[in-house]
Amino acid sequence: MITLRVNGALHELDGLDERTPLLWVLRDVLGLVGTKYGCGMSLCGACTVHKNGEAIRSCVTPVASVGDAEITTIEGLSAAGDHPVQEAWRKHNVPQCGYCQVGQIMSAAALLARTPKPSDAQIDAGMAGNLCRCGTYTRIRAAIHTAALASGEQEGGR
Amino acid sequence: MSAPAVGGGANRREFLGLFAAGSLVLVLQRGSALAQLAEPESADDLQPDLFVSLDPEGTVTIVAHRSEMGTGIRTSLPLVLADELGADWDRVRLSQALGDARYGDQNTDGSRSVRQFHGRMRQAGATLRTLLERAAATRLEVPVEELETREHRVWHAASERSLDFKDLVADARALPLPDVEALVLRPRESWRLAGPRPVRDVPLYDLDDLVTGRGTFGIDARLDGQLFAVIARPPVVGGSAKSFDGKNARAVPGVTDVVPIEASRAPHGFQALGGVAVLAQSTFAALQGRRALVIEWEDGANASYDSEAYAEALTETARQPGRVLRDEGDAQAQLAEAQQEERFEADYHVPHLAHASLEPPCALARIEFDGERVVGAELWAPTQNPQAAQQAVGAALEIEPDAVRVHVTLLGGGFGRKSKPDFLVEAALLARHAKRPVHVLWTREDDLGHDYFHAVASMHMKARLGPGGMPVAWLQRSAFPPIGSTFAPNQRYGGAGEMGMGFTDVPYQIPNLRVENGPADAHVRIGWLRSVAHIYHAFAVCSFPDELAHRAGRDPYEYLMALLGEDRRVSLEGVAYSNHGHSLDEYPIDTARLAHVTRRAAQLAGWGRKLPAGRALGIACHRSFLSYCANVVEVEVSKSGVVAIPKVWVVIDAGLVVHPERVRAQMEGAAVFGTSLALYGEITAKAGRIQQTNFHQHPLARMHEAPREIEVEIVEHDGPPAGVGEVGVPPFAPALCNAIYAATGHRIRRLPLARHDLSHG
Repeated sequence: MITLRVNGALHELDGLDERTPLLWVLRDVLGLVGTKYGCGMSLCGACTVHKNGEAIRSCVTPVASVGDAEITTIEGLSAAGDHPVQEAWRKHNVPQCGYCQVGQIMSAAALLARTPKPSDAQIDAGMAGNLCRCGTYTRIRAAIHTAALASGEQEGGR
Repeated sequence: MSAPAVGGGANRREFLGLFAAGSLVLVLQRGSALAQLAEPESADDLQPDLFVSLDPEGTVTIVAHRSEMGTGIRTSLPLVLADELGADWDRVRLSQALGDARYGDQNTDGSRSVRQFHGRMRQAGATLRTLLERAAATRLEVPVEELETREHRVWHAASERSLDFKDLVADARALPLPDVEALVLRPRESWRLAGPRPVRDVPLYDLDDLVTGRGTFGIDARLDGQLFAVIARPPVVGGSAKSFDGKNARAVPGVTDVVPIEASRAPHGFQALGGVAVLAQSTFAALQGRRALVIEWEDGANASYDSEAYAEALTETARQPGRVLRDEGDAQAQLAEAQQEERFEADYHVPHLAHASLEPPCALARIEFDGERVVGAELWAPTQNPQAAQQAVGAALEIEPDAVRVHVTLLGGGFGRKSKPDFLVEAALLARHAKRPVHVLWTREDDLGHDYFHAVASMHMKARLGPGGMPVAWLQRSAFPPIGSTFAPNQRYGGAGEMGMGFTDVPYQIPNLRVENGPADAHVRIGWLRSVAHIYHAFAVCSFPDELAHRAGRDPYEYLMALLGEDRRVSLEGVAYSNHGHSLDEYPIDTARLAHVTRRAAQLAGWGRKLPAGRALGIACHRSFLSYCANVVEVEVSKSGVVAIPKVWVVIDAGLVVHPERVRAQMEGAAVFGTSLALYGEITAKAGRIQQTNFHQHPLARMHEAPREIEVEIVEHDGPPAGVGEVGVPPFAPALCNAIYAATGHRIRRLPLARHDLSHG
């Protein structure tokens, strides 16, 4: 029996191979298909989720290694889909096909949690693990700056 | 169990089920300009290629019949209809079409959606608007000419009255259809949403779904009771499994079956490649099962394929006389008589490329049986071409294409890979075997190892140079395994379509000009990839002038403009040239437009300005998919040879554009796609086996490698709409390599850059 905390809910999973990558547990067992497969080797970032707020690649994370850490997927990033990163993505019309964008958004949200006002170089470094075949990188960078500004304003208002 | 009806495309009941009772449904007949009003109750003989409906609540439903793979077409085309209608976009709903020949062409490929369907969308919108206006004229007792339709209402300005669409549905349904000749299309200046100057940039219809993870891609398609499948395919094209042992695979918990699939035979077309499939309760079990398979492969004739040796031979082929496709003046004699110092030649080479869409091929299928007999199939997949899928699946299952229903999901990238429906065939074959729904997933290794690869190509360029270093005679010859080899035996020469992609239509003004093509055999499945033959042809045709300019000691931009010559329409009389199915009268090769985008790109980039050492600009221009595009690339190459791209300027003239914001996005994406292919794009084979397995061996440009800034200018032109999605790619690599030469003195004639040491200074 493996227990898994995802988006605030506790799941008790029976009969699961402990080596199963978290990605396939999320997608095939829990039906959380927002998280995508792209390479299975931690090379493209499409499968990025948060483990206690840190970005991880779920395709190379054995489910048993998660322990009692809290996993957050795109489905749990914000209740109303209005996380500052998501709002910035809308503002800049970032997606083309959109397939990699969930992973990009999860990486960006983790980056901003760690580095609230990232420089271009910090964004490049923080997002280097996420591939976009459509080529939306310039908009992703701009959107992260926008999200940083929006988050900063929220903080300032409190 | 009563199986759901799966026969036919959108059959009558389903078709009508899309609409609420009392809806006004407007249908355009395929291949005819005549519109036909059909009431939901009497729609037996519907032959729609696109349609729009208005329900009693006033909601407009527009069918999107093209595939959304990132270009925004699912939004842009319906937006044209909505704009012509005068609809409030917030009250428009999209319905994705099933594959069905009655829609007309659905192959979302070839950068042709807007040019094929812009007129029809305008006509459909105008027809519905005319009905509503006529209904309003009667209700308001005013002449119809005094009415204006906008924001989902028909307005009578003089009396300050207006009616919402929902209040006109019932009346409009009772009216006869207006004649096409009676339709008054909105003049361009009154287009609000879909045109070169929209009042606002309408976001993608699916934007919310895409930023919240709710969009359904092919990989997300699910049916109750479905199995997950992966397939071990023959590592060499044309090979087959001589024998296999599935015992260990079956022993993996969750694996339900191990199923051989018959190997495809040349020409491979859209057949399943064959191999051994593992079916399981989960993806992970299927993957574990596949690892446990023991298979002895029979490799077949392509086991000798070694891409390195092949490239050398191909370059030699391109240096030998080939088939003559265009011959003006007497280039052959002029070149033969040229003195050594008048002659210059260069060989260029572009390797196989892979599509590598982030979502790999995948498909979900279920089969309908009558006893043991297959009577229908239903699939959900990220396909660019649902009608080709109907044909291919129908052939594999020996049922009529109409008995195959193909639902088009969102596509996680396409780039031409997903217009080949082999992966849908696999899913259908396995679902037939399992008698349960089966979802087939290609892993990244499968995708890179078994793609329909972009052709490897060699180009030989030769010129005789006269005063000012300008060419008086010019020969260009390409050789590549043609796409035709995938579909017919003994295809060794480029088709007119491939040769017409930036080669037979070379726009330079040279008195003696000859274009040839040499033969080449295919050893892998060759397919089209975003921009197709333009990629390798433009690499040579846009690099060679830069070489000639430097040789003459002239500025490359100024030289290029001189080479484009007088403003004129290039005549290709006597040349087999498809022009993407359009006449040269309708879509000419207009060098004034090509010169204009080139001039604008140079102006925007500040061509000629002084840059620090290791930093330089490169320029290229190219006509493709009936559009004109120029790139200036600024490159910065470190002393150790690391390439950075601070900025790219892109100018595109695509005639009429309907969604400029998405055109910009496409140009930005094309520059990044171009960066990937220039820096890293290369698929190699040894003993017939593809050597790249995943992104560590087949890198794509990452954020820090991609152009830091991309400035796009869209030329406003009154011409008809032309292509966008593929147009930005071809000039990028040559512009980049021209910049690299200016910055470092390294001339790149063979891609990718990863092969070269670019250190300098």
